[in-house]
Amino acid sequence: MSPRALSRAVIGERTWSRLLDLLVFAAVLAAIEGVLVIARYWFGAITPAAHISRSPRSLPLYAFYSVVRIAVAYLLSLVFALGYGYIAAYNLRLQGFMIALLDVLQSIPVLSFLPGVMLAMVALFPTRQLGLEFGAILLIFTGQVWNMAFSFYASLRSIPRELREAARIYGFGAWQRFVQLELPYGAIGLVWNSMVSVAGGWFFLMACEMFVLGKRDFRLPGLGSYLQTAASAGDTGAIFWGMGTMIGVILLIDQLVWRPAIAWSDKFKFEQVESSSQASSALLHLLRRSTLLTRFETAVVAPLSERINMRLARGGTHTHTAPRDTAWKTVVAMVGGALLAGAILYGLLQAALTLKTLTGPDVGATFKGAAATFLRVFVALVVASAWTIPAGVAIGFNPKLARFAQPFAQVAASVPATALFPVLLLALVQMGGGLGVGSILLMLLGTQWYVLFNVIAGAMAIPSDLREVADVFRFRPWDRWRTVILPGIFPYLVTGLVTASGGAWNASIVAEYFHFKGRTLSTLGLGAQISSATDAGNFGLLLFSTIVMAALVVTVNRSLWRPLYRLAERRFKLEG
Amino acid sequence: MEAIIEARKVEKSYGSEGKGSIQVIAPTDLAIYPGEIMAVLGPSGSGKSTLLRMLTGLAKPSGGEIIHHGHEVGGPCENVSIVFQSFALFPWLTVVENVAAPLKARGILAAERTQRSVRILDTVGLDGFENAYPKELSGGMKQRVGFARALVVEPEVLFMDEPFSALDVLTAENLRGELIELWQSHKMPTRAVFIVTHNIEEAVLLADRIVVLGKNPGRIRTDFRVSLARPRDRKDPLFTQLVDYIYRVLTRPDLAPALQPQPAIAKPAGPQYQMLPHARRGAIAGLLEMLADHNGRDDMYRLAAALSFEIDDLLPVVDAAVVLGFAKVEEGDVEITPQGRAFAEADILRRKELFRTAAMEHIALIRQIRRSLEAKVDHSLPDTFFEDLLDEHFSEEEAKAQLDTAIGWGRYAELFDHDSTARRFFLPEEASASKPEPEAASR
Repeated sequence: MSPRALSRAVIGERTWSRLLDLLVFAAVLAAIEGVLVIARYWFGAITPAAHISRSPRSLPLYAFYSVVRIAVAYLLSLVFALGYGYIAAYNLRLQGFMIALLDVLQSIPVLSFLPGVMLAMVALFPTRQLGLEFGAILLIFTGQVWNMAFSFYASLRSIPRELREAARIYGFGAWQRFVQLELPYGAIGLVWNSMVSVAGGWFFLMACEMFVLGKRDFRLPGLGSYLQTAASAGDTGAIFWGMGTMIGVILLIDQLVWRPAIAWSDKFKFEQVESSSQASSALLHLLRRSTLLTRFETAVVAPLSERINMRLARGGTHTHTAPRDTAWKTVVAMVGGALLAGAILYGLLQAALTLKTLTGPDVGATFKGAAATFLRVFVALVVASAWTIPAGVAIGFNPKLARFAQPFAQVAASVPATALFPVLLLALVQMGGGLGVGSILLMLLGTQWYVLFNVIAGAMAIPSDLREVADVFRFRPWDRWRTVILPGIFPYLVTGLVTASGGAWNASIVAEYFHFKGRTLSTLGLGAQISSATDAGNFGLLLFSTIVMAALVVTVNRSLWRPLYRLAERRFKLEG
Repeated sequence: MEAIIEARKVEKSYGSEGKGSIQVIAPTDLAIYPGEIMAVLGPSGSGKSTLLRMLTGLAKPSGGEIIHHGHEVGGPCENVSIVFQSFALFPWLTVVENVAAPLKARGILAAERTQRSVRILDTVGLDGFENAYPKELSGGMKQRVGFARALVVEPEVLFMDEPFSALDVLTAENLRGELIELWQSHKMPTRAVFIVTHNIEEAVLLADRIVVLGKNPGRIRTDFRVSLARPRDRKDPLFTQLVDYIYRVLTRPDLAPALQPQPAIAKPAGPQYQMLPHARRGAIAGLLEMLADHNGRDDMYRLAAALSFEIDDLLPVVDAAVVLGFAKVEEGDVEITPQGRAFAEADILRRKELFRTAAMEHIALIRQIRRSLEAKVDHSLPDTFFEDLLDEHFSEEEAKAQLDTAIGWGRYAELFDHDSTARRFFLPEEASASKPEPEAASR
């Protein structure tokens, strides 16, 4: 290369990185402006039932409000998940209790909390918008947090023994251990679970931006309320605008957040040998080249982390100490435990008082509804399996098809089912179909993807030599399915079905009961029961049907899914 | 001479106190003195690694105490390092960050951390690789990083837990040589090295002092100094003699070794339940065939070489042949018995028969399973029945392993069958139909 060409290349490189810096700078400015907008809105006077405009021009602001809700809820979930996972993994006394609690909390239909949380938050901040916003955020949070907490807990528990011992023998302090061992080890699981969680967050966002509680109308400006308003009015143009914006936002988040996050977390793969395939993200690559960011890292982040480390490093003074006296810890634990027990007791008492308002017919209707919804969930799962197993296996076995189908399916899956409900309902009503069958379709919409993705993953994981065996011995199609494919995808299928069934139960709350063009569509079901109890402000019935649903989900998990899981682990695990 | 770290009557047991507890290491005295490389040898299950972890303060002894410079150790020891079998490097940190991590833990500033790490990487021959990630390195280079990380804190005692066993033969030999060189030239400030290994030659090559452990429960069988001059030559007759001696000690668990006078050897506690050696019957058959070809008797050392087995892997196979009455062990030699010879020369069906007779005669657990199944009307029993029985004598893990081995042997002998899904034992059909004497050749 001639000197001139070289210098031109250098100049090109330099202007490029200048441009990047400019972009980063602009992004920071935009973020500050965003914070200001949000602050003004949150601390402004409360408007429980905001007027929702159907003009496409108001969409950017609505989308912004919705994204902020999800982002704040996600950050809360992340912090909570790290803390919960950490305590559950290390506090042996609390471990069993915390994991069982996680299991139950995961099974409680989040939407049942809606009225309680909203009323509490509005009571907490009666004059500011903050209360309403925080209520919505808290709901999204409860929908996102559990799988992340469990993922981090499981990662912590599976850290290899010798790595732990290395950290101990070299005297790592708590902070260093967290930054250099625990967080990196859990990073990949956290990123993937974050993606799933945020997709679920959209689902709840749609539901909690607009609802009726007794005589009170709650409406928060956002994408969800826009879509619902547009659907109620039958405004097809507005529906398409709203859907387009939502898909655009989801794609943007995928490109700007998840792709870079996956590529970044690749570095934390726990492997001793470099693998051939590596995730990549153009954005991450660009960001790494920005001088502004590198300077920020060396001038602010590194010294700060160093400072924290210095403060917490033990500096070699701890040896020869017998285990410290833990009497005060026991006292604190006992006082905490007593307080907790008291709170639980009080809660139970209140719940019992609320339940006393239940009437006999209500109880009967709840059980009938439970049976109907149970049947619907079952049918939804069967239908989902019926098309996703062949489709997933076809995609998984055929790399060419996979390259084409997977991105498409990913987009389809990340569009929250709740957003599509209004559109589908419009179609259903026009076709004259009832909600009894229609709600199955709505459940399917949200949950079939879990099955599909898992089947694809399972089909891809079947070793090619097993398939070759089937080819060599000319297995007939049925034998091929029975001896190779079904056992191969079984563990993945179970995982997919567990997630799908949880999703379907939750979806029943929005699928079986719907406000539409000024009237209420509903059908017999537990979800409809919960929704209508919310509408009527009948807390006794709401609490009772919620308990019934949670109990059903937990029972099905324990008696059906967990044994299947064990079977999959034992019999159908493909090992090298 | 004052010991750096001293174990006083340390013991380790798992499980609850009293009935259910299993002793892994019997009360043991052991001291690490300055100026020596000390090697601990022992069969698997003798608690070598557990001993290392108690001496470093990583594991708490169930009894006795660990004394470090006159103070009792309560947590991980200050100023010691461990080189791990699996290297235990953090894959997300670069080489230099890995090496600097212990310094960071001590609150040393970034500039000095890097400087010291680079210097030590230079010493172990890794200059130029500072910014590589561990996954980009070969196994030998990874262990070099492990060494650098251990040495960067200038440990008083360097502990090594089978540091070379995950490496290929040539790389391991190379690293051993470099370790000796570092030690002899005093390029490392370390005052003592404690190495756990199952490779006898490695111990003789490296160590000034060798401790041989026995198992069930783990205890010291012999502890002696090696007076061979360095550099040591594997072909030196004195070297091979010492290797042979250690082989003999290892292969004769019942013999009290008597090369050097030795402080009291802890007695094994209580009557022992017969323990099945975990060997597959294919390996047993292979050993017997080999023995029959070698005129019925051979040196354990040569057998291991001929079968290309580590002695550690060969021992359970020999043990199995011995408990079945197919072979006996004498002076480090294995000798085939008439039953063993008959087995080696028989055809497939006849072998099954011989194996069945031997298993029913000599193996308590297999006899017990068969009898219990025969006694049941439906000829079937759950795993848990036998697990509970074994739990009184073994750790939970070992009880499972015992049962697995028994299943393998019992199936081969067609004494019973097992359904791993239902987790139940049952009698094979023909046996349950014609109850008393299961004649194998009736098919």
